[in-house]
Amino acid sequence: MREDPVEMSVAAPVAAPPEPQREALPTAPSTVPGGAPLSLAPPAAGIPGAAPATVPAAKIEIRDLNLYYGPFRAVRDVSMGIAANQITAIIGPSGCGKSTFLRSINRMHELTRHASMDGQVLLDGVDVYSPEVDAVDLRRFVGMVFQRPNPFPTMSIYDNVVAGLRLGGGARKADLDEVVERCLRAAGLWDEVKDKLRAGGTSLSGGQQQRLCIARALAVDPEVILMDEPASALDPVATLRIEELMLELRGRFTIVIVTHNMQQASRVSDFTAFFSMGEDRAGYLVEMDRTARIFTNPREKLTEDYVSGRFG
Amino acid sequence: MTTLSRPTRLPARRGPRRGDRAFAAGTRWAGIAIVSLLVGIAIVLAVESWPAWRAFGTGLLTGTTWDPTRDIYGAVPFIVGTLATAFIAVVIAAPVGLLTAIYLAEFADRRLATPLTFTIELLAAIPSVVLGLWGIFVLAPLLRDTLDAFVIAALGWIPLFAGPSYGFGVSTAGVILAIMILPTIVSIGREVLRSVPAAQREAMYGLGATRWEVATRAVLPYARSGVVGAVILGLGRALGETLAVTMVIGNTDAIPTSVFSQGQSIASKIAVTFNESTGLQSESLVGLGLILLAMTLLLNAAARLLVARTARGPRR
Repeated sequence: MREDPVEMSVAAPVAAPPEPQREALPTAPSTVPGGAPLSLAPPAAGIPGAAPATVPAAKIEIRDLNLYYGPFRAVRDVSMGIAANQITAIIGPSGCGKSTFLRSINRMHELTRHASMDGQVLLDGVDVYSPEVDAVDLRRFVGMVFQRPNPFPTMSIYDNVVAGLRLGGGARKADLDEVVERCLRAAGLWDEVKDKLRAGGTSLSGGQQQRLCIARALAVDPEVILMDEPASALDPVATLRIEELMLELRGRFTIVIVTHNMQQASRVSDFTAFFSMGEDRAGYLVEMDRTARIFTNPREKLTEDYVSGRFG
Repeated sequence: MTTLSRPTRLPARRGPRRGDRAFAAGTRWAGIAIVSLLVGIAIVLAVESWPAWRAFGTGLLTGTTWDPTRDIYGAVPFIVGTLATAFIAVVIAAPVGLLTAIYLAEFADRRLATPLTFTIELLAAIPSVVLGLWGIFVLAPLLRDTLDAFVIAALGWIPLFAGPSYGFGVSTAGVILAIMILPTIVSIGREVLRSVPAAQREAMYGLGATRWEVATRAVLPYARSGVVGAVILGLGRALGETLAVTMVIGNTDAIPTSVFSQGQSIASKIAVTFNESTGLQSESLVGLGLILLAMTLLLNAAARLLVARTARGPRR
């Protein structure tokens, strides 16, 4: 059943303390307690930065994932692991299915008309597409930040932050005050907005709005945060703030970021997955490795061409 | 210095662009024409009803008696009838119409939503005289024997819901009007909800919202000014609708005291009386027309104000 069909791990596994699983997601036996180790290439002799001893446990494991829009296959046969509490960047040329892939992790993909999938996305060893998992519950564990800042325009800054907490029944006022301050601080926005929490969420600048959206995603206490080109609509200064923020959140949250900006991937991420597009226009994973290695000494020629700017 | 040898390929200015000017003038005059039409109608109504205003002053607006034998004319029974029927119509049609619009925009499969919307819009194509006939022969007796009887039995001790019901009256007119304004509210409401950016829905989904929560907390608030606009358009139609109301409202020139009372709206009063009226009564009827026009404009303005206020979002 859950025998690992793919040889995921070649690198020596590291015993990571098992993540305490939350109650809302059903637990399922995993072949490797605490999540399978990341599937990285065997460290080639003499190449620094690929030491297996530092490979952490996978929070998310994707197995043979195919994503479709109607008959069109947008993502083909992706298998990879996403390290717990690290930042994983997904890079690749336009149209290679990066965003589609990202949206499959918290089952946003299925909200698109005619979208379908096969394969597995394991979160702490539980297939999020199994019938026992409710996508609504899943999305509280796997939050999302979008390309364009999308605060709710009819809500105040305060109400935007707690919008997720107010879902599915009440939340106590005193608790909310605490959450608002904690999440806005975590998002690096508190000092800028603490005196105008009742102002509209859309009264902020673009960069502030995006940090508000990050605070909103943090408020529901997720374990994973998916970011779909979170800075591509922002100016360089605001982009820098978002990147600093990601580095601050690293260690507490598992972050997956899709980005067009290779410098951004190299600045913030621990691991980088490079996607490309096949002749059937389906996106596929070319390779995944530690970010330093992808940008300095990738195994695939295609990756090297892309990161050196020769195509894409 | 001459301009004979031009160093650039940029052509010299060739004078005014006639097409642009003609187009600007055309659009301007079209706009002015429509506004003048409205002003012109108001002026004609004011002039034609002038003798009645001179005879009664504001009494035409505030008088509660409409008595041709004594030549005393006051508009209050018809203003109340108009507002009451339109209010009932909106109270019924707004929730039903908005729920339908939410269903069509957010929940229904598109293959089902498009023909369904088309069918609902067909409702608007039913001539009001046909609806009126249906009201006389089907709806009025049906309501009298079922809903009206039930409400009177349960709430009849409240004067507003006191019986008896004859089937013909303010409530039946309100129900007919609700049916007539439903297509407006549904089709505009659906368009407004559909125009809400997908990013807003996804933001709410991403926080772990159910479809219902996405619809009520992300989509509906974002679209609220348009939603209010849809209801207002329906209200406007309910205020002015004449024929179907005339056929079921009971045509009684008295202030309705209960929702089951027989009554008269401004439009229906004008319709049933104007042909056989002369002199002061005729002029007073034109005055009623002016009052209806003013009421419609005022309600529209109030609604726009409301929309502008809510559209601004939370306090800054």
